[in-house]
Amino acid sequence: MTPAHQEDIDAHTGTATTGHEWDGIRELNTPLPKWWLYILYGTIVWAIGYIVVYPAIPLVSSFTPGLSGWSSRAAVTQDLADLTQQRAPMVDALAKASLQEIGKDDRLRGFALAQGRAAFGDNCAPCHGAGGGGAVSFPNLNDDDWLWGGKVDDIHQTIAYGVRSAHEKTRSSAMPAFGQTGILKPAEVDQVADHVRSLSGLPTDKTYDKAAGAKIFEENCSACHGAGGKGNLEFGAPDLTDQIWLFGSSKASIAEGVHRGRGSMMPAWSGRLDDTTIKALAVYVHALGGGK
Amino acid sequence: MAQSTQLAGSQNPLSKGMSAAEMTFAVVAAAMAFLSVYITAKTTSGPFAFHASLFALASVATVVAVFNRNMNSGGATIPQEIDGKPNYNYGPVKFGTIAALFWGIAGFTVGLVIALQLAFPALNFDLPWISFGRLRPLHTSAVIFAFGGNVLIASSFYVVQRTCRVRLAGDIAPWFVMLGYNFFIVIAGTGYLLGITQSKEYAEPEWYADLFLTAIWVTYFLVFLATVIKRKEPHIYVANWFYIAFIVTIAVLHIGNNAAVPVSLTSPKSYIVWSGVQDAMMQWWYGHNAVGFFLTAGFLAIMYYFVPKRAERPVYSYRLSIIHFWALIFLYMWAGPHHLHYTALPDWAQTLGMAFSIVLWMPSWGGMINGLMTLSGAWDKLRTDPVLRMLVVSIAFYGMSTFEGPLMSIKVVNSLSHYTDWTIGHVHSGALGWVGYVSFGAIYCLVPWLWNKPQLYSLRLVNWHFWVSTIGIVLYISAMWVAGILQGLMWRAYTTLGFLEYSFVETVEAMHPFYVIRALGGLLFLAGAVIMCWNVYRTIVTPAAETRQVPSGALAPAH
Repeated sequence: MTPAHQEDIDAHTGTATTGHEWDGIRELNTPLPKWWLYILYGTIVWAIGYIVVYPAIPLVSSFTPGLSGWSSRAAVTQDLADLTQQRAPMVDALAKASLQEIGKDDRLRGFALAQGRAAFGDNCAPCHGAGGGGAVSFPNLNDDDWLWGGKVDDIHQTIAYGVRSAHEKTRSSAMPAFGQTGILKPAEVDQVADHVRSLSGLPTDKTYDKAAGAKIFEENCSACHGAGGKGNLEFGAPDLTDQIWLFGSSKASIAEGVHRGRGSMMPAWSGRLDDTTIKALAVYVHALGGGK
Repeated sequence: MAQSTQLAGSQNPLSKGMSAAEMTFAVVAAAMAFLSVYITAKTTSGPFAFHASLFALASVATVVAVFNRNMNSGGATIPQEIDGKPNYNYGPVKFGTIAALFWGIAGFTVGLVIALQLAFPALNFDLPWISFGRLRPLHTSAVIFAFGGNVLIASSFYVVQRTCRVRLAGDIAPWFVMLGYNFFIVIAGTGYLLGITQSKEYAEPEWYADLFLTAIWVTYFLVFLATVIKRKEPHIYVANWFYIAFIVTIAVLHIGNNAAVPVSLTSPKSYIVWSGVQDAMMQWWYGHNAVGFFLTAGFLAIMYYFVPKRAERPVYSYRLSIIHFWALIFLYMWAGPHHLHYTALPDWAQTLGMAFSIVLWMPSWGGMINGLMTLSGAWDKLRTDPVLRMLVVSIAFYGMSTFEGPLMSIKVVNSLSHYTDWTIGHVHSGALGWVGYVSFGAIYCLVPWLWNKPQLYSLRLVNWHFWVSTIGIVLYISAMWVAGILQGLMWRAYTTLGFLEYSFVETVEAMHPFYVIRALGGLLFLAGAVIMCWNVYRTIVTPAAETRQVPSGALAPAH
């Protein structure tokens, strides 16, 4: 080791070392880089300025508010107020107009579609899909096959009060669990499942007896689904002849529906979304492609 | 003389009885064994019974190991010096080095799996044990605490001995730290998979694992401190300041953030004493300083030893090391609130968090300058030594992420970056680039030193590791930058009519290609680590005389 009082100069840099050595490692005594030091001072000065301007120092029961008086709560309130103000003229017009009037006025309709699209993405898309294409047990909103009606007023009512929801004005019906309750025996469930497939021209099993299947259908299903299986909007009973299936077209799926019953639910949006947004959603869903 | 003592001892095994340390470890382990058996029998929780039985087995193994050791040594003490040179204790260092490789591969693999799950959710396979929610903490804990922790403990045990020129303090204690720490990791990791968690990010293990870790960590601190105190050098080397800061602070953070009351002795569940926004603040005080002291101070210590050693150049500036050390450890402590911008945390705390984060920029860069400028006079070695290149690139990544950190702490920037994948990109430029590369560099240095080989099996393989994983890192972080900024911009985009332009689902959908690229980056990083493991394995098993004959082209170690 080099004695501390003798300068040990590093040959490459010409800088003195500190004179110590640890496991072969020495340290140069290079001064702090000027640019480094000045930027450090700069950030300190900036930090002090920032602390003076913004709420920063905790006191006993409050804190220094800062020269600007800024607060995150006030800022977000202001942002929301600005947005409300920006939308206000159109929102007011939308609130006053009936669904029919909105449909006839291009400006109102354009605004309703924009608002509806935004609301749909955040509220409806999780079940019905981003484009309203639906999924198993969640109806496709793009086709013209409607469970509870495809007129804009029907759609509005469905969105506002839901289907089998907790709302008192909810649309409600229940397909009985024919198998579980013993109304139909397993063999009968099998027959009627094949019959339902035959209604839309799907192939049936060899065991299918057309007369027996039709009789079971007539006695148990036609009250809601109609004699020809065309469905009934009043009960939300699906049309069974159009090859559009909510729970799938396989015999197993149909038989499961007959055995256990069906009845998926949609929440009521009244109370969760404001009236104008629900109106806009109705206009938007009506315009998706299948509106009547 | 030392040998004659051992000889005399072996003739009469129990003549000297047990040392105080042996006695203490045996008694405590025996008590632990009884307690664990009691909990196994009493608890109604299957996973807790499993853990308690592991504790029981480990405790019994400890007692057996201590008695065996006493029998074999006959109570003789291990010499502190042999022929006037320190009798360095490399056993725990070797163990930690291999454990780091093992956990590294495990942690990177789980990372790849969850990256793929994000891109292709079907890969959850609807199995609870491998669902994203359980694997994610397994990944973070495996890479940070298992891989990083083993690198830190192993390297610190090596560096403190070499730079103090004394044997590591204690003989059983360092092994207790090493083995106990890895046992803690097994408990933590299996706990996540079985659904045991206290749901605090980076502090998921439950109370009993936390208590055990506290005992290990305090022992670690005592071993390290006792070694520094008995040093044969007049001054404490800078790497050791950083190691001490890391060990002390992690103890404080761990105890503070994990303060909890267990439901009962036989329940794995506990309740954190902090609540509401105070809990959030404690969590991010802990979380940010885990980054600051575990992933920064600890790995800076590694840099301060391995870079000058490998480059064979003096450290650039002693003065800079003092100033940036104290500035760093003072400032990091206050920066945590920047993780809670625009939340229920009071505005004043957010302001202070941001202000301290900005001032932290230059103290962080002090480490980068000291590391990079140490290469002054040795830059040419980067062409020929891929190990040194890895160390230097790690410092570059350190500089980049410690600039990005303060940038992201600025509230207006944070309002765009927060909750997006930009944060993930930032973390991984630090984790893969800085922590990963400085660790790999240190392991590549350590392995030949520890196993007495003249050099690594193949520098060409190190070169492959370097390039494969560098491409992986670049793919990873650039994909996450683009994804994060895109996500942030989509979330805040408004139409001219004043409505949000994109629904959340649309922003998720937009991430898909970037998630695929990220997974590819992760795969390359993992591939690089596998190459490293093979290289390390070959280095250890190849007889020293043959090592030099493996051709490595134009590549040569820097020293």
